[in-house]
Amino acid sequence: MIHFVVHEDGDSVGTIVVEGVKAGQALTGWVMEQDRMIEVKTQSDIPIGHKIALQALKVGDTVMKYGVDIGKVVAPINAGEHLHVQNVKTKRW
Amino acid sequence: MINKETTFLGYRRENGRVGVRNHVIILPVDDISNAASEAVANNIKGTMALPHPYGRLQFGADLELHFRTLIGTGSNPNVAAVVVIGIEPAWTKLVADGIAKTGKPVQSFSISQNGDHETIMKASKAARELVQWASEKQREVCPISELWVSTKCGESDTTSGCGANPTVGNAFDKLYGVGSTLVFGETSELTGGEHLVAERCRTPEVKEKFMELFNRYQEMINRHKTSDLSDSQPTKGNIAGGLTTIEEKALGNIQKIGKKCVVDGVLDYAETPTGPGLWFMQSSSAAAEMVTLCAAAGYVVHFFPTGQGNIVGNPIVPVIKICANPRTVRTMGEHVDVDTSGLLQREMNMDGAGDQLLECMLRTANGRLTAAEALGHREFVLTRLYESA
Repeated sequence: MIHFVVHEDGDSVGTIVVEGVKAGQALTGWVMEQDRMIEVKTQSDIPIGHKIALQALKVGDTVMKYGVDIGKVVAPINAGEHLHVQNVKTKRW
Repeated sequence: MINKETTFLGYRRENGRVGVRNHVIILPVDDISNAASEAVANNIKGTMALPHPYGRLQFGADLELHFRTLIGTGSNPNVAAVVVIGIEPAWTKLVADGIAKTGKPVQSFSISQNGDHETIMKASKAARELVQWASEKQREVCPISELWVSTKCGESDTTSGCGANPTVGNAFDKLYGVGSTLVFGETSELTGGEHLVAERCRTPEVKEKFMELFNRYQEMINRHKTSDLSDSQPTKGNIAGGLTTIEEKALGNIQKIGKKCVVDGVLDYAETPTGPGLWFMQSSSAAAEMVTLCAAAGYVVHFFPTGQGNIVGNPIVPVIKICANPRTVRTMGEHVDVDTSGLLQREMNMDGAGDQLLECMLRTANGRLTAAEALGHREFVLTRLYESA
């Protein structure tokens, strides 16, 4: 069972691809570009399609996905935590 | 799955272009001609009215786009023949004459000084003749290079970027290789990934024109915005699906142009491409607007990847839905033509997913109805550039 996918090595986040992920669960992730598996323990309940932080991030850090900048951190995020609009914002507009 | 010898069964039109549907449309020039157009379509079975809310007191570039979209829609090779109805004779004739340049049969009627009754009677007689004429048209074997395919995604989520959109990208790479004419757009939805599109442009001139149109759209947004556009772009649905920022959405969006395609040229709204290859078209990222513009530019099949489940269709172009979100496939399966959710569990690979889409495309081109067609989705939405006078 793949719980989350990561576009490539170096990305800050994985995308949950199954329903019902609960805090404390050990998750298996697939890094698609490098085709390898990783393990992460989640700290949050995370809905399908939402992102899990693969590393701790502090305010002002840049979030990477697809190997590209997808926005800035506006509230501290722990590794394994739900990363979304409550802690990350666009750098545009 | 496909090579240069691959064929499909299409309708060859008077101007040489090939369509995959054989519609006879009743096309209103303006809002107040909708009622007569719908009455004609109701009278004459096998015809279809395309009602819309615009066409009065428009001017300048906005009026030009209105005419280009209506003429382009009537000229699309999925349309066999057209009845044009407008309030005033001059603009009605302008639209009809524009469509008639393709060589297809066009009849036009204006309501002013005739009234709805007289117009509906005359237009119904013309529509009856046209639909009987069109019903005898036969499909013929056509090379795949003559199939024009557009793409735009909608109600995206994070599974779009890792499943449904790269499936389209894989299919686009293969279609590009056999000489098809392709298009993508959604200008605002490239924000954060525009540098990646710019790098893919064929020449410095194409790159410069792309950046000019991209920046024009950014200036429009900056002029009117009252926030960071959160809930509009990305939409509430995108955010519910896990997309956090416009940059993240854009990077997922760009997966649709694959890994090998080169951006060969740039089009303004609803402009018709002048040769094969991949084109960028200036366009809104709103689903029905963008698909309407692609249809008006002459594209005959549309690839529409979705994550949370956009249900859009088009009156004249079959819209093929691709989805990789297993929850959406389960809850909204009647809208999904190609299920690629197996990608996210490594149960299928991207090459296989792309082939699955191409197989669906060929069956659709040959006449199989898409989910959106079967469900009656006929969203026809004209892009406006500014207020009427």
